[in-house]
Amino acid sequence: MDQKILLPSRKVFSDTLFELAKEDRDIIVLTSDSRGSASVENFAKYLPEQFIDVGIAEQNLVSIASGLASCGKKPFIFSPACFLTTRSIEQIKIDIAYTGRNVKLIGVSGGVSYGPLGSTHHALEDIAFMRAIPNMTVILPSDVNQIRILVKKLVSYIGPVYVRIGRNPIENVYSNEDVPFEIGKGNILLDGEDVTIIATGEVVKTAYNTGVLLGYKGIYARVIDMHTIKPIDEEIIFESAKKTKLIVTVEEHNIRGGLGSAVAEVITRRFPVKVVMLGIPDEFSITGSQKEILRYYGIVPENICDIILEGLRRG
Amino acid sequence: MERDVEYLKDKAKDIRRTIVRMIYQAKSGHIGGSLSSVEILVTLYYRILRIDPKNPDWPDRDRFILSKGHSVEGYYAILADLGFIDREELETYCKFNSRLTGHPTVKIPGVEANTGSLGHGLSIGVGMALAGKVDNRDYKVYVLMGDGEQAEGSIWEAGMSASHYRLDNLVGIVDRNRLQIGGPTESVMSLEDLSDKWKAFGWSVIEVNGHDIKELINVFENTPITRNKPTLIIAHTIKGRGVSFIENKAEWHHKVPTEEEFARIMEELA
Repeated sequence: MDQKILLPSRKVFSDTLFELAKEDRDIIVLTSDSRGSASVENFAKYLPEQFIDVGIAEQNLVSIASGLASCGKKPFIFSPACFLTTRSIEQIKIDIAYTGRNVKLIGVSGGVSYGPLGSTHHALEDIAFMRAIPNMTVILPSDVNQIRILVKKLVSYIGPVYVRIGRNPIENVYSNEDVPFEIGKGNILLDGEDVTIIATGEVVKTAYNTGVLLGYKGIYARVIDMHTIKPIDEEIIFESAKKTKLIVTVEEHNIRGGLGSAVAEVITRRFPVKVVMLGIPDEFSITGSQKEILRYYGIVPENICDIILEGLRRG
Repeated sequence: MERDVEYLKDKAKDIRRTIVRMIYQAKSGHIGGSLSSVEILVTLYYRILRIDPKNPDWPDRDRFILSKGHSVEGYYAILADLGFIDREELETYCKFNSRLTGHPTVKIPGVEANTGSLGHGLSIGVGMALAGKVDNRDYKVYVLMGDGEQAEGSIWEAGMSASHYRLDNLVGIVDRNRLQIGGPTESVMSLEDLSDKWKAFGWSVIEVNGHDIKELINVFENTPITRNKPTLIIAHTIKGRGVSFIENKAEWHHKVPTEEEFARIMEELA
């Protein structure tokens, strides 16, 4: 937790990929007039042969990437998560997942990170959509240090992957040197026996801070960074369910169909314990900054802490 | 060895018979649109496309995408005839656990894209054509679309991007049989002036009789029509071509012939 200057994850993602793309000419970046919002101007400027802008046409965007991948290219699509996962969902299902093309779909400015722009620009159903598609891997990295490792892994990983990143600078979860990251394997950030908090994406830090806060009150939480939602780390969920009385999930997503649902699917089948799902309720959300919206819906350490204390009291 | 027009005409007859037999046996399929695109497919596969059935993933091969994925029977019949798959496999068409599903997938050697939902093929073709340009490969990409399919907005996204990126290695073909499942295209959703639309999107457009193999060869052999521009071929065809009582009847979009009708069809196609 040493970094003082905070960088937006999209910038770190793009810069890391840019360095790799200089060596690997098969990496192709595609955008839908989103070079600025995705921070991929470097590609347009310095690697124009590896950059394709299709204009504001997300369906075409995804299918073109499928065609490129069929010819051995390694396409990385950058487009706002809200448009990429809804406007072109059929192209994702058929041309990427069903056909089995090696395309990386990077949904930028996901969750409510577009804040005041309203629900057209929020992506709060992307996890639900993407994880219902066979062959699709779904990843929400929690900080820029993890992203640096993730990008390298994505280049060598063959197959369709959806990655949701945010828009605004976020606090680090991991220090620079120490980033365990394996696709499909959750990371235990804190270990405890009273409660398990499982979080994904940019609210992992909130979950971690909740765990710290609980510790001051003598409650010991296990906090898991579930960066990969599909395939989900069943073993870590099973093990946590056996260990703690309560499981709490935290996500920047509609509480229907996201991380909470994915965790519950494992719990109900393998070791039923109580699961409390925290996220955005099933409504078109209030507007404001990302921080304001999350606070409004109670995705802040103090509130999660209270919910957990109440949950433990009730047993 | 270049196959002459007579050879291709005979081939078209064979393929028509196989199409009807497959649909009759499977009790499923899209007879009208399959019969309208036979000459287009036969001309491409037996004369134009640079392909090698023994090496379906050859990087320099020409690419063909059946964007109107429902017209699949003729496609499978040709892939089997050329040796991409075994002829016997055609018997499994639309049967339980067969890879020969009612719309094609890349599980089948020679198939380049999973199609069946309309309006995807041209964009995939744009991606393949772009890759060819980036890699300096001289293959061409052919995409066969339906005319009803032209109502899909994504087609026009693809059209715009193909001319923007000057993809003269891309050839779009519209099987202009003028009928879709709900009736005449012009009454369901009017397309005309289709040629002007494509021209306005920056394509070189040429219209041909889609059942005239000689004309088709001539057009295909002369693409791109214009340097730096994608080519769009409007192939005027007759839905259900070759069978008198199926021709130009919208209800034969995906009707399965009865035993008696099957016998009559085979007689006409003899």
